[in-house]
Amino acid sequence: MPDSVIETHSLRKEFGDNVAVADLSLEIGRGEVFGFLGPNGAGKTTSLKLLLGLIEPSAGDGSVLGAPLGRRAARERIGFLPEHFRFHDCLTGRELLRVHGRLFGLRGAALESRIDRLLARVDLTDAADRQLKTYSKGMVQRAGLAQALINEPDIVFLDEPTSGLDPLGRLLVRSLIDELRERGTTVFLNSHLLGEVEATCDRVVFVKQGRVVHELSLADQPAQFEIELRIDRTDAPTLEGLSAFGGTPTVHEGVVRLAVTAEQAVPEIARWLVTHGIALYELRSRRKSLEEWFIEVMGDDQRPG
Amino acid sequence: MHRTLAIAHLTFLEARRRRIVPAAVLGGLLFLLVFGTSLYLITQRNPIIGPQKQAVSLFIALAGLYVANFLTIAAAVLLPLDTLSGEIASGTMQTLASKPVHRAEILLGKWLAFCAMITAYFALTAGGILLIVRVLTGFTPQNIGLAMPLLLLGAALMLTVTMAGGSRLTTVTNGIVAFAFYGIAFIGGWVEQIGTLASADSARYIGTAISLVSPVDALWRRAAYELQPPLTRGIQIGPFGTPNVPSDAMIAWAIAFCGLMLAIALRQFQRRPL
Repeated sequence: MPDSVIETHSLRKEFGDNVAVADLSLEIGRGEVFGFLGPNGAGKTTSLKLLLGLIEPSAGDGSVLGAPLGRRAARERIGFLPEHFRFHDCLTGRELLRVHGRLFGLRGAALESRIDRLLARVDLTDAADRQLKTYSKGMVQRAGLAQALINEPDIVFLDEPTSGLDPLGRLLVRSLIDELRERGTTVFLNSHLLGEVEATCDRVVFVKQGRVVHELSLADQPAQFEIELRIDRTDAPTLEGLSAFGGTPTVHEGVVRLAVTAEQAVPEIARWLVTHGIALYELRSRRKSLEEWFIEVMGDDQRPG
Repeated sequence: MHRTLAIAHLTFLEARRRRIVPAAVLGGLLFLLVFGTSLYLITQRNPIIGPQKQAVSLFIALAGLYVANFLTIAAAVLLPLDTLSGEIASGTMQTLASKPVHRAEILLGKWLAFCAMITAYFALTAGGILLIVRVLTGFTPQNIGLAMPLLLLGAALMLTVTMAGGSRLTTVTNGIVAFAFYGIAFIGGWVEQIGTLASADSARYIGTAISLVSPVDALWRRAAYELQPPLTRGIQIGPFGTPNVPSDAMIAWAIAFCGLMLAIALRQFQRRPL
C-alpha cells in the first residue's frame, strides 16, 4: 500500500499460556478510516495497545508513522481514546486538555485557543470549568475525544468511541471522523457498533483469535448486494444461468438468493429471466449489512461475549 | 524535563483537589496544637529549670520528633500507594503513557511531587515541634541541620520503596509490603540495641543485617544520636536510645538504597504492560 502509516508483520502477544494476539499483519494507509472488528476476546484492544507501545509484542514487529512500535517520535503525532475512558476526575475538562496538551509540549495562547476550539467542538464549553467527576459518562467520553485530538494528530486510535454516547453524541463522533478524514488524518476505529463502523469506515478487517480473517473495503463495496427472487422455476439450468451474474445461488423455501458485485446486475437479471421465459413474481435487492458480514465471517463457533 | 514537571504539576493538582494537602496541613496543625498545649500545661505547672532543664527539654523534643517522623513516614507510604497501581488498574495510565512521554518521566514527575509534599509536611510537623519546644522551654537540640535531612531521607526511602512496589503490585499488597518493610526496620533496630547492651554479638549482627535490608530505622537512630549531647548519647534503651550508633557507611548505604529502589521502580514500570 502506498504511503502506509501503520504496518505490522506477524505481531503476536502472549500472556502466559493465553495467546491474545496470534498473528496480526496489517497495513493501513494515510487518511484511511479503518475499522477493526471482532468479537469479545478477539484481541482487538491488545492489538491496539501493541500499536501504541503500551505493551511489548512477544513476537513480530511493526511500525507507526515509520517508527518502530512504541517510539516517542510516533507518539508525538498520534491521539488515543481508550475503551475505558478514565481520566483524573478531579480535573476540570479544560485542565484535562491543558495537562495532556503540555505533555505534547504545547504551551500558552496556542494551547488555550486549541482547548477552547476542541471544547466547543465536543459541545463541552459550558462544562469546561467543572470537574470531570460531575460529568455524565457521555460528557467524559467527549472530553476524552477532545484530549485525543489536542495535538492535531496524524493518526487517531479510537477504542469504542461511542460506547457511552446517546444518538446525538454518536452523530457528533461521526461528523468528527468525517472532519478527520477530510483533513487527511488516519482513524483507527475499534468498535462493536457495526452501524457506526459501516457509516464511517473506508475499510474494515475482521479479527478472530488475534488473526485477520477477512478484509472488506466499504468504500468500493464489492459483492455486497444480495438479490432475492421469487420465480416459477428453480431447476439446475436456471440456477446455473443465474450464477453468471454473481456467486452461487441458493434456494430456500422457494426463494432464490444470489450475491452480486454491483447493483447494475439487478435489471440484467430481470431481463435474463424474461428472455428465458421464467415467470418473475418478486425481485428484491438489498445491500448486505456489515452485521451480516460479521456473522458470516465469524461463523457459528463464536459465542456471545 | 518539562514533561516531568507537567506530571509533577498534575500530581500536585490532584493532591490539592482530593483534599490531601488541606487534610495533611490540618492534621499536622492539630498534632502541633495537642503537643503545644500539653507542653504548655506541663511547663506552667512544673517550670523546667535547673540542671534537669536540658535533659527534660531534649526528651520532650525527641518525643515530638519521633511522632513527627512516624507521621511523615506514614504519609510517605500512603501518598504514593495508589498512584501507579491504581492508575494502571483504572486505565488512567494508558492515556498518559500513550503521550510522547517516557514512563521514567511519569514516575519521576510523581516522585518529585511526593518528595516535595512530604518535605513540606515534615517541615510543618518537625519544624513546629522544634519551635514549640524553643518557645516554651528555651531549648533547641543540637545538630538540627544534620538530623533533619537524615529523617527526610528515611521518609524519601519509604516513598521510593512504596513507588517501587506500586510499579508491580496491587495497591493493598503494596501497602502491606511497605509497612512490613518499615516494621522489619523497627524490629531490627531494637534487636541491634538490645544485642549491643547485652553484648550479644550475634543479635547485634542480625540487627545490623536487618538495617541493611531496611535502613529506615537506622536513619532515625542516627538522627536521634546527633540531636543529643554527648552526656545522654548511648546510655538509654528505647526509641531515642542509640547504644550502637549507625555509621556513616550505613547512611551512605541508605542513600544508595534509595537510588537502587528508584532504579528498580523505573525498570519495573518501564516493563509493566499497561
